Amino acid sequence: MLKDLFHKKRKYATLTTQELAERRDNIPEGIMTKCKKCSELLISREIEKHLQTCPRCGYHFPMNAPERLASTLDEGNFTEYDQGLTSVDPLRFDGYPAKIEQVRTATGLMEAVVTGEGAIGGHPVVVGVMDSRFIMGSMGSVVGEKITRAIERAIERRYPVILFSASGGARMQEGVFSLMQMAKTSAALNRLSQAKLPYISVLTHPTTGGVSASFASLGDINIAEPGALIGFAGRRVIEQTIRQKLPDDFQTAEFLLKHGMIDLVVHRKEMKQTLSKVLDMHAGGVRHGSRSAL
Amino acid sequence: MAADLHFEKPLTELRAKIEELRKFTEEKGIDFTDEIVKLEQKAIELEQSIYGELTPWNKVQIARHAERPTTLDYIRGIFTDFIELHGDRTFGDDPALVGGIAKLDGIPVTVVGHQKGRDTKENIFRRFGMPEPEGYRKALRLMKQAEKFGRPVICFIDTPGAYPGMAAEERGQSEAIARNLLEMAGLETPVICIVTGEGGSGGALALGVGDRIYMLEHAVYSVISPEGAAALLWKDAAQAQRAAETMKITAQDLYAFGIADGIVEEPMGGAHKDPTATVKRVQEQLVSAVRELLLQSTDELLESRYQKFKAIGRYQEVSNEPLKHNA
Ligand SMILES: [Zn+2]
Repeated sequence: MLKDLFHKKRKYATLTTQELAERRDNIPEGIMTKCKKCSELLISREIEKHLQTCPRCGYHFPMNAPERLASTLDEGNFTEYDQGLTSVDPLRFDGYPAKIEQVRTATGLMEAVVTGEGAIGGHPVVVGVMDSRFIMGSMGSVVGEKITRAIERAIERRYPVILFSASGGARMQEGVFSLMQMAKTSAALNRLSQAKLPYISVLTHPTTGGVSASFASLGDINIAEPGALIGFAGRRVIEQTIRQKLPDDFQTAEFLLKHGMIDLVVHRKEMKQTLSKVLDMHAGGVRHGSRSAL
Repeated sequence: MAADLHFEKPLTELRAKIEELRKFTEEKGIDFTDEIVKLEQKAIELEQSIYGELTPWNKVQIARHAERPTTLDYIRGIFTDFIELHGDRTFGDDPALVGGIAKLDGIPVTVVGHQKGRDTKENIFRRFGMPEPEGYRKALRLMKQAEKFGRPVICFIDTPGAYPGMAAEERGQSEAIARNLLEMAGLETPVICIVTGEGGSGGALALGVGDRIYMLEHAVYSVISPEGAAALLWKDAAQAQRAAETMKITAQDLYAFGIADGIVEEPMGGAHKDPTATVKRVQEQLVSAVRELLLQSTDELLESRYQKFKAIGRYQEVSNEPLKHNA
């Protein structure tokens, strides 16, 4: 399983720095990792085997985009879109190009989202996976454009769309351009909806701000990972505004489920199977009045 | 009398001095005419230099000015027969976001907008123009109604942002904003948006997906407030002035970026110096935009609205070809 991951991941590499970075990323910091929830000292490889979840308590560690693709898509089946789409510096924001360069090297990714097409349980699908290591998974012009193009391609091919969000929100360094990506991606989802194609939003830790307030909340089906932080405003800002302490489970996936904002909370180990089932349910598209229903 | 802004102080002081000399001339019979003429000339120059070179931060201050016209001021001044409509039909009515039906130059339209207060009491009631999900859902309900009855939609944008509260989160602030973005993109009727003061982040954008986006001359539109940006960038909200410059948030910036379609000029010193003149200019802009957009078919309208937002963003592209990674 782990070996597969290594093999698969190398397939995404197109930059030499990327390959280097990926290798470095895959060397565990230590052989042991302490679970952030149950404090159990775990063998790092064990956590990886469990798709970056704690085998003891089920705590979900962050999962990066290549790992997500590898664990979600059918083997050997991913065509990446728009890998050459990269950020510029529209505001001439101090330190932004250097920051981009640095995270590119550190993550091996070109941007905070990877988009493309593949299959899940044999069902063709357009996917987008955000990676919170890339400037907090923030959405700037490139993220907005890649997601929009991916949705447009899904409409052309008549494929369903699945977007895995993991983002702190709009990318401040691109100012109002980032803000407008919320409108752009949502407008593309409107077209997808008009085309009667399903969109599944998978909200992972964290999904906040401008991403939460755009495409991540607009799924025909919204699925969240256990314990994921999901919300619009930051906890501290809210506490300062209302001058009261917020409950511990505030803005967690479970909190959102309780308040009717998401359809279900799914453990990462069951995610692929759940998605596959949902896709199966939407394949074929039987309409009333048609004999094929029988 | 409008409260003065800090950067206006030299001008206010000079004006007071001129007034004093006038009084002297009248009361004591001493002739200061020459001095007054000189000082008035100086006042004009000073006015030009202060208002002609407003910094982004000065604009933020003007955009937030307590006496700046609010959405209801525009509504009363621009439209006739306004009927305010209330409630989201699900939970409540949000006073931070107002809406209703009215006539614009004889054309029935739907109007929605953020509503700030004039004083502390009113601002507490209006939540400083920061809507909860109900506000956005009311706006959407009214917009869908406009679509059904073929009325153009006018959106007045003036908010520090969506309200950051516990109840707002519980009732889906994110979903309410997101839903408006999606629905407005497909609304089968002309939508005209105008940022009259503060265009604060997603809470502003939730009324901002339209065929035209106008901004008042000193309005601002940003992904995060200058204070918020400063806190993140330099861990110091007091650096807001610096952040206002860095973030490129003025109407002039947005026009240069191709995001704003036009700028409505304000009276010297800002809209609050002459609300009547401001309202009239906004009215002219809205009337001409509505008349222009009504000529377009629904398909044309929706396609150009989509392309308008699709075109926003700056990036570079190494290659268009999808890269194959199949083994
Ligand atoms: Zn654990």
